[in-house]
Amino acid sequence: MKMPWTRLRELGIVGMNQRNAEFIMPYNQRRYYPLVDNKIITKQRAIEKNIPVPQLYGHIELEHQAAHLPALLSQYTEFVIKPANGSGGNGIMVIAGKTASGHFRKSNDSVVHIDEIKHHVSNILSGMYSLGGETDTAIIEYRVKFDPCFENVSFKGVPDIRLIVFRGIPLFAMIRLPTRQSDGRANLHQGAVGVGIDLGTGLTHHGVMQSRPILEHPDTGFPLTGIQIPQWDRILEMAATCYELAPLGYLGVDLVMDRELGPMMLELNARPGLAIQIANQQGLEPILKYAQTLGTIPASAKRRVKVGKLIRQKFAREST
Amino acid sequence: MKSSKINITALVLILIALSAVYYKHEKLGLPLKPAEQSDVWTVEAKIQFKANGGPAKAQFYIPRDPPGFIKLNEDFISSNYGLATEQNALNREALWAVRRAKGKQVLYYRMELTRNGSEFKPRTQPRPAYPPVPDYDEPLGAAIRALLSDVRSHSADIATFTRELLSRLNTPKPDQNISLINKAGHGSVEWVRQLIDILAGARIPARIVYVLPLQDLVKHGTLVPWIEVHNDFEWVAFDPVSGRQGFREDVLVWRTGDDPLITVSGGEPGEVDFSISRHALSQVSIAEQWARQTDSRLMDFSLFALPVQTQNVYRIILMVPLGALVIVVLRNLIGLSTFGTFMPVLIALAFRETSLLWGVIMFTMLVVVGLALRLYLEKLKLLLVPRLAAVLTIVIMMIALFSIVSVQLDLERGLSVALFPVVILAMTIERMSIVLEENGSQEAFKLGTGSLIAAIIGYLVMTHEWLGHIIFVFPETLLIVLALTLILGRYTGYRLLELWRFRGLIKEADKP
Repeated sequence: MKMPWTRLRELGIVGMNQRNAEFIMPYNQRRYYPLVDNKIITKQRAIEKNIPVPQLYGHIELEHQAAHLPALLSQYTEFVIKPANGSGGNGIMVIAGKTASGHFRKSNDSVVHIDEIKHHVSNILSGMYSLGGETDTAIIEYRVKFDPCFENVSFKGVPDIRLIVFRGIPLFAMIRLPTRQSDGRANLHQGAVGVGIDLGTGLTHHGVMQSRPILEHPDTGFPLTGIQIPQWDRILEMAATCYELAPLGYLGVDLVMDRELGPMMLELNARPGLAIQIANQQGLEPILKYAQTLGTIPASAKRRVKVGKLIRQKFAREST
Repeated sequence: MKSSKINITALVLILIALSAVYYKHEKLGLPLKPAEQSDVWTVEAKIQFKANGGPAKAQFYIPRDPPGFIKLNEDFISSNYGLATEQNALNREALWAVRRAKGKQVLYYRMELTRNGSEFKPRTQPRPAYPPVPDYDEPLGAAIRALLSDVRSHSADIATFTRELLSRLNTPKPDQNISLINKAGHGSVEWVRQLIDILAGARIPARIVYVLPLQDLVKHGTLVPWIEVHNDFEWVAFDPVSGRQGFREDVLVWRTGDDPLITVSGGEPGEVDFSISRHALSQVSIAEQWARQTDSRLMDFSLFALPVQTQNVYRIILMVPLGALVIVVLRNLIGLSTFGTFMPVLIALAFRETSLLWGVIMFTMLVVVGLALRLYLEKLKLLLVPRLAAVLTIVIMMIALFSIVSVQLDLERGLSVALFPVVILAMTIERMSIVLEENGSQEAFKLGTGSLIAAIIGYLVMTHEWLGHIIFVFPETLLIVLALTLILGRYTGYRLLELWRFRGLIKEADKP
């Protein structure tokens, strides 16, 4: 009987300490963090690199600007308000439409008064959701229209695709599907389903929910495996290009599928979590260690995607 | 490369700390255990004499480096007398002088001593010449010569010679010669002086040493004459009555030589009375007093040099790094998540005031009630900072209420909460309510209990009696804490809870 830590080592599972010491600290320079922590900067740089992002409707930096909020919002019926420096999907308010009486309606069908929205914005400004508790900016942006390809496997909310891009090479991918338990959020900690995506083909395999393997979506009952992610190569290329807008060696890229506009980059993460290993049933370590040894990294994103696919082929998990 | 550098740094830090601890323990006698106590003897000499009315001087022998003891403290109590102390290779003297004195004069000399565990230093000073053989009065001379020749044939060297001589003189059934010699009064000063004379007959250098037998609660002690013989290397002491070699543990060597103990000029000859008492004192204070006596620079720069109040503050502050180390272990080795990094340390410090059980009850109650009120405040849509201030105010009012209620219920513990870190508590309530709202009650409960567990463990470590003693008496041990933190800073292995988190992967991989 082997000790669990020896087993995990053999499987190449990276722990939190190892991730911090061996991948984040050496590859992610602190001075580049604002590029990913501030979503306004990320958005601007992404537009420069021709990466599609949800359109920015406006941002509010100071308390008194909140007075202009009704005028700004009146143009739109659907939008998302979130903190520019938020983390972990906190502080996001999704407005899905307007009621007949002219009030806004949240994605969970509850009605919100404009004062409530103002209060939420001022909470964001006072730094309630920002990383260090510093004052923050609220951004108002396009609400992603949910692509029907995931309709059968998500409950309310929008599924998002998470990729780990190491030294510019996309190496790991999963899709996070909201459930009733996660209250429509694509957050694995809160009970969303994580499904690993085969990097070569874009087909889903292996679902996990709360660390347990799962075959069907708990709310809809549809199988989680074998779903083809549309425009997969485009997604990989977008993720690889993100390395050029924020030169972080160990980067998490979050994308969503829009019904009309196709894949969009939602946000970047300088400290991507480790749950992707569970969703993929495969450890990061051997793959990242191998990618560390590569001498030259191709300059074009397309070539990096190819390298990523080759590496994953080399380290393909024994099929089960 | 990097981690070897850290290991070397950590090793150096640990070595520095350990050698400082070793030095302070071995050389200064600072104890490694908190409750270690030693006997401290207080010896007081009361000197009385009658002054004639003119200038008066009193010269009094006091102990100089008594073998086997450490002098912790000494006092000269002498109202209007001027005082000087002098010492030579053998003895130390106190010289009291006054311009005008009439009638009964009382002077005191008091010292505090404790036993020094280490071996006696050999007494070598001064190196005597061989004494000439004295001319004894007859018939004593014949008796002495007979005794000496008998003893010589039964001994090998000076020590055995002396022992043999003493055992013959102390025999319960003395023969004619011995009875003649013991006429001087067995054990008296004259008898010991005569003993020196007898030893001179064998050309053995000998001298009188006055010792004070230490016994608790002695009111009128006197000095007892002992004898020392020189064996070409050092002076060897003998109890002339028992014949035992060496100073016993319970005798204090007062002075060497046979001059009068006290010399008074300008007055009637004085008398000296000794009183002795014993009490137990913690070794920390003994070491502290002794180091002050010996002018140790190390003690000057220790925490004991601070005023007692400041010392008490440092007793708490110096434990905080240990609390931080606990947090490092819990977070990076165990994988426990808490509200804020060092919030549990502050809560643990608050538990010091309230005791653990009450602290936990207080903390839980304040957080639960505060959280409920905070959720009500949420409805009022206050801005963040005013809301925090409101929560803070509510927390303080709750604490006050708690104290008042506990007084009514005769629960004294409720009073000790005043120092509960209210600001930290208010922030905790605020953060907890956000987590509750954003991530659900499960996550909030997980973080809340994580913080409480960390606070409890932190409290247990930070209030540990032995650790507290070691850190305060040997603050350099904080270097060890620092070294451990450095080493843990490079730990890249799994956290304990990650083994649980990734258990599904192992199960899956182990499937046939």
